[in-house]
Amino acid sequence: MASAVAVSAASSPIEVNALVKRFGTVTAVDGVSLTLRAGECLGLLGPNGAGKTTLIRGIVGRVIPDAGRITVLGFAACSGEAREALGWVPQELAIYPRLSCKENLSSFGRYHGLRGGKLAEQVAWCLKWAALEDRAAEPAKNLSGGMKRRLNMAAGIIHKPRVVLMDEPTVGVDPQSRNRIFEMIEALRAQGASIVYTTHYMEEAERLCDRIAIIDHGHIIAEGTNAELVHSAFGTRSQVLARFAGAGPEIAAWVERRGGRMADSTAQFTVERSTEIAGLLDDAARDGLELEDVSLRRPNLESVFLHLTGRELRD
Amino acid sequence: MIFAIVRTAVAALRRDRASLALSFVLPIAFFSIFAMIFGSQHNTVPRVHVIVVDQDKSTASRQLVGGLEREGSLIISTRPKSKTKGQELPEYTAASAEAAVKAGDVSVALVIPQGWGQNPISFGGSHSGPVIELLSDASDAIAPQMVGGLLQKASMTAMPAVMAEKGSEYTAQSIGGFTPEQQKRMDANMAELRQIENAPAETGAAGAPEAGPGGGGMIAVHERAVVGENKNKPMISFYAAAIGVMFLLFTASGSAGALLDEAESGTLDRVLSSRVTMTTLLAGKMTFNTLLAFSQLCVMFLFAWVVFHIDLFGHIPGFVVMGICTAFAVAAFGMLLASMCHTRAQLGAVSTLLILIMSSLGGSMFPRFLMPKAMQTAGLFTINAWAIDGFTKVFWRDLPVTALWPQVGVLLTVGVGLFLIARRVARRWELA
Repeated sequence: MASAVAVSAASSPIEVNALVKRFGTVTAVDGVSLTLRAGECLGLLGPNGAGKTTLIRGIVGRVIPDAGRITVLGFAACSGEAREALGWVPQELAIYPRLSCKENLSSFGRYHGLRGGKLAEQVAWCLKWAALEDRAAEPAKNLSGGMKRRLNMAAGIIHKPRVVLMDEPTVGVDPQSRNRIFEMIEALRAQGASIVYTTHYMEEAERLCDRIAIIDHGHIIAEGTNAELVHSAFGTRSQVLARFAGAGPEIAAWVERRGGRMADSTAQFTVERSTEIAGLLDDAARDGLELEDVSLRRPNLESVFLHLTGRELRD
Repeated sequence: MIFAIVRTAVAALRRDRASLALSFVLPIAFFSIFAMIFGSQHNTVPRVHVIVVDQDKSTASRQLVGGLEREGSLIISTRPKSKTKGQELPEYTAASAEAAVKAGDVSVALVIPQGWGQNPISFGGSHSGPVIELLSDASDAIAPQMVGGLLQKASMTAMPAVMAEKGSEYTAQSIGGFTPEQQKRMDANMAELRQIENAPAETGAAGAPEAGPGGGGMIAVHERAVVGENKNKPMISFYAAAIGVMFLLFTASGSAGALLDEAESGTLDRVLSSRVTMTTLLAGKMTFNTLLAFSQLCVMFLFAWVVFHIDLFGHIPGFVVMGICTAFAVAAFGMLLASMCHTRAQLGAVSTLLILIMSSLGGSMFPRFLMPKAMQTAGLFTINAWAIDGFTKVFWRDLPVTALWPQVGVLLTVGVGLFLIARRVARRWELA
């Protein structure tokens, strides 16, 4: 046991190595390798169906990989040690609707082996963390959508795990509740938890995550900090967004000829220097295109995803 | 527009197999079961098994027993069946016949006392001398009535000479005697009747004259309920068990359905990602469902005690043993159904179908002892039958807890077996 602890102390919170998972003919995760470092928040960014949830379920031991290996603090993903170290916030509202907030937390605490004073202490902490103290006795089914989400998160960390997996915890919540959830995650990080955070909202990943892995069709297509990802895709270049009057195929063809692409009826061009905008505008005027609006922006994760896959993140 | 709505509804129904099963399979299954129980199309009307103890051994008593034996709806036994081929056991005595009724082997026994043949007929409601004793199990309200009626019929058809002789004696007493001419004719007719009596018996009672309107009866019979004679409400404890078990099955399958809700909501996944294993989870739910079912039984029998005055507190050990075993078996049944079904709707349909079939076969809707033999045997494949038999032993026959071993053994074995199958089936939730 002592050696196991020594191994775990030296190991990364999560190591995923060449993971493959197939469901029938569909390969949901295809050779993914990933490392979560101690104390960091790693974002898994990808559109719906990219393989994020399957990867998370693999880490939590709920799917058997067809190939590859997953360890949590050095322990195999299905082991008891890994289960104790992990906290999982699933995408679904995996709570008991008829039980109160306090009863829900107590139940999941007991499932993790908490008893007596320790359980009461953790339940109280979680209720405070999720700002649900005044709704402790309220049945979960009566809570608002945002409150249910917070309770769902609290149930995942009731046993004070060192590594937390959050699978799209802000799905379907309003901006105010989303901000509250961000604060909860930041408070958790301040306590030293290592977090894997999956989302298809790039602004969430930009705000919360130290590093981001972009996943698409079961592959990790890019990995790094926000700045690294943008730099590797665009270097020092910026993006010019232009809207033209009318919407004919001739506009799309013109944009393509100029090396840009159309997205949501907006033409996107990459420029090295802002002075290149003048040339772009001159060309448009010469070719008879009427410009309605033009802006310059630094590329973001959305741009990176579009650049790497040719698709919008929320397609 | 109406056609469009009908078309949509038909398409939805076609895809809802559960509703289809409830709409078409359940009525047919029920119809078949009750058709078989009442046997109208297969001529399988149940025959009543009767023990006859002939202590008299007179001509009249032998004729009466012979007449009863020819009744197609009765199975007459005068001695127990030997398990060894060729060996004949001694005839029943009054005591052993009573014990057989008490044990539930038969519903009725007839004891023809010594001296009965000297004065077998009771015209006009008055009777002197020993009378036939009909020992009954009050849980079966039909068999004693049926045997009593057939006894009167047999007296008319099997012993006409005795009947006529006693009748003429009664008439002579009433009118002050016959004239010599009348007496001569009477003797001639009596000789003819005796010839008929001594002729080889026809098979069955078909063609025999119907018994007259003998509500009071030509043969005096004293009926004594040897089981349930002190019970003030004969069938209450039977139905408390019968109906109780049926609803226990519904509750258990409904409660076990929580597993499906949890699987659907993702709660099951979360629970299984903690220290809880699938075996622990199922065992926990099974324990809860067992306690729930037992509590239901307690409430039901307490209600029966308060309102219908069944003797609950005189049978606490037997009630607890049977209650726990029954609750355990129905809880396991519910767990198996829940683990096999994929949705709540499917569980609802399958459990309704199975529970109603089990309940009709197992005696929750219609007592098994009134069913044809084959149906009674089929009922043994249901939890209902074993549970009801056990509760009947406790509350009706006042048997000790040790006598419950067959029911306890079967229910516990069924419970363990169903739980193990449920555990095996639940593997589908463990890992993807």
